[in-house]
Amino acid sequence: MTAVLFQQVSRHFGAVRAVDSVDLAIAEGEFFAMLGPSGSGKTTCLRLMAGFEQPTGGHIEIFGETAEGVPPYRRNVNTVFQDYALFPHLSILENVAYGLMVKGVGKAERLKAAEEALAMVKLPGYGTRRPGQLSGGQRQRVALARALVNRPRVLLLDEPLGALDLKLREQMQEELKSLQKSLGITFVFVTHDQGEALSMADRIAVFSEGRIQQLGTPEEVYKRPKTRFVADFVGSSNVLPPDFVESLGFGRHHASLRPEAITLGDGPGRKQFSGRVTASSFLGAASRVTVEANGARIAAMVPASTAVPAEGATVTLSFLPEDLHTMDGAQ
Amino acid sequence: MRSDKNTSAPLGLKVAAGAGLLFLHLPILLIFLYAFTTEEKSYQFPPPGYTLKWFAAAWNRPDVWDALGLSVRVASISTAVALVLGTLCAAAVSRTRFFGREAVSLLVILPIALPGIITGIALRSAFSFVDIPFSFWTIVLGHATFCVVVVYNNAVARFRRISGSLVEASMDLGADGFQTFRYVILPNIGTALLAGGMLAFALSFDEVIVTTFTAGQQSTLPIWMLEELVRPRQRPVTNVVAMVVVLVTFLPILAAYYLTRDGDQVAGSGK
Repeated sequence: MTAVLFQQVSRHFGAVRAVDSVDLAIAEGEFFAMLGPSGSGKTTCLRLMAGFEQPTGGHIEIFGETAEGVPPYRRNVNTVFQDYALFPHLSILENVAYGLMVKGVGKAERLKAAEEALAMVKLPGYGTRRPGQLSGGQRQRVALARALVNRPRVLLLDEPLGALDLKLREQMQEELKSLQKSLGITFVFVTHDQGEALSMADRIAVFSEGRIQQLGTPEEVYKRPKTRFVADFVGSSNVLPPDFVESLGFGRHHASLRPEAITLGDGPGRKQFSGRVTASSFLGAASRVTVEANGARIAAMVPASTAVPAEGATVTLSFLPEDLHTMDGAQ
Repeated sequence: MRSDKNTSAPLGLKVAAGAGLLFLHLPILLIFLYAFTTEEKSYQFPPPGYTLKWFAAAWNRPDVWDALGLSVRVASISTAVALVLGTLCAAAVSRTRFFGREAVSLLVILPIALPGIITGIALRSAFSFVDIPFSFWTIVLGHATFCVVVVYNNAVARFRRISGSLVEASMDLGADGFQTFRYVILPNIGTALLAGGMLAFALSFDEVIVTTFTAGQQSTLPIWMLEELVRPRQRPVTNVVAMVVVLVTFLPILAAYYLTRDGDQVAGSGK
């Protein structure tokens, strides 16, 4: 079943097209990421799902029901806010029980459910504390418990890991993923971190300027970017100019080529070109070598086992033809 | 602000500070002193004798009770009006953006910045222009103009501290507008409203200038005191009333001070 459906949805603020004719269908139980730079419309899309914004055009359905005009408090959707938005005047337990309290669930029952939700996010016994007494990572777990205790059909997460340090973020990524698997709830997750989107999501929608540039599995988006924007934003792909692509025997298009698909030297069935090394940097498992070829700057990943060519040296590089992806509408 | 523990102020400064405090508070003590004097006509120092009879005299004078009753009613209703309007206005100015927002917030504050006499004259001419007879309600209206400002100022500062996403979080968790106000906004602005309301009450309670312009034949307590001083009759009764007023208003003001000083989670925290 489709959990969230957008049909030609737009949200304009005056002349600003925050969201412009977006179509998407998120399946039930899916872990769906909306990826893009700030101002690309991904957060506005999330707010349209939550009901904080109303579309200026198009149609939204949540589990088959029309969502336009339905206020946030009548949607079976909960949000984990970027700043967590915990109520400072309530204890942690009261925060988590808030959704059940306003729905009229009895006190004993709602506090029990809140305790269980806190245990689920690994914060048992923290109920009596205040939000101000918790660390950022703990607050984030409370925000998660406060949303999940309502058993939403869709959980919206607005850059939930943005404020955490790297180690905590990686740990939370795994926990979110396993939580989503065990609960079977649809997660819609906004991020500007492509690594996060690639590692966690079942499918990714890449946003730019209010539109979806590409929608697909992490592998599709990473390996076969449809537009130059996607190639640039997701990972660090080489974008080859049309002249160069033509000289290699492909059509006259922009094309993307991942650095790790390029190797030093030639081999059977590979396309080859030569260039002059302009820079190299050691990254641990591999070295990143930048080569100038036919006026284009191309980065290649050289495994640590291979000797890194000296700067200024002319080298031969090659790749498998299927690793090169021509892009339509590239500017 | 905290000064270093081992640096002591020079003697001259200490004396000046002491003198300043005496100048501020000695007259209040004199008022208390003359409430007990046996001399009825003039403020003779030192008082020729001491008595408690003026307390009984004040208790038995109906004009004292009338003035006190009127003042309490005016202050209560003005404060109630101010609490509603001031909170709504603060919410509008701090939570939404609209054309003329800055102008509105300036216009709201203006009545307290304007000299009371301007407010008084303006209201008086406005009332006579539209033929509203002076009454209890004209006094309330006059007082509400500056009570709103006090509540507004307190509330707007607190509203700015509440993150906008708190309201959204509440809505997201299933609370409608009323529940969000009841369970999220009110507990967070409660102490600010209490402090603002107490201040508004105190301002209204001792207001003279606007009242003289907007009252008819009634006298509020401050007006009554002013009249008593001009036409002396049992002069120390005024001092007795003044003393009681000081004691009665001091406690709420003190409470308001402590509530706003460090309490952002006092009211409604049990919910």
